[in-house]
Amino acid sequence: MTVFVAAAVVIVVMSTISLYRVAAGSSVFDRVLAAGAIGTNAIALLALTGFIFERPDMFVDLAIAYGLLNFIGTVAITKYLEREGEQ
Amino acid sequence: MAVVGDIFIWIGLFFIVVATVGLLRLPDFYSRAHAVSKAETMGLGLLMLGLALHEGASPVSLKLVVVVGFVFLANPVGVHLLTRTAFRLGVLPWTRESGERIPGTVGGGDN
Repeated sequence: MTVFVAAAVVIVVMSTISLYRVAAGSSVFDRVLAAGAIGTNAIALLALTGFIFERPDMFVDLAIAYGLLNFIGTVAITKYLEREGEQ
Repeated sequence: MAVVGDIFIWIGLFFIVVATVGLLRLPDFYSRAHAVSKAETMGLGLLMLGLALHEGASPVSLKLVVVVGFVFLANPVGVHLLTRTAFRLGVLPWTRESGERIPGTVGGGDN
């Protein structure tokens, strides 16, 4: 139980620090990359939340859905940027 | 079993911290992409496997392993797509000479 809370705190802190790269990061690709990293952290955070509140069966499904959406979002933004850059 | 799960969780957290430090500190987009795609994926995989070891043999553990498998496939592929697009659109890799002039912003330029 304690290790779950500690891990969740560490992941929240790391995601907050990654927000600096989303806000400041020198090119649009850096921003997309940092947003994807935060999304990956959120998968771990959802699974940890399930274990903290002792309902992992529900939160693991949410983690699966979030992982799929994260990947699709990155691919969609990438294809948009590629099309915009060719014009 | 729970002790082994704890060890996996702490190692995974270490990898996630390393990925975040790399995302903040490395000099250009390509090196940051390398930090995120590898260290972040490894950290998430170890953390999820630690949670599965805590849970024992159950459908939840199976779903956690499925998440790990999907992320191990999808995360590097997504970052590779992003990196290829950046290279095609002309983002330059960092070199030592250019890095000493403008630290932290090389290879950038608002595209």
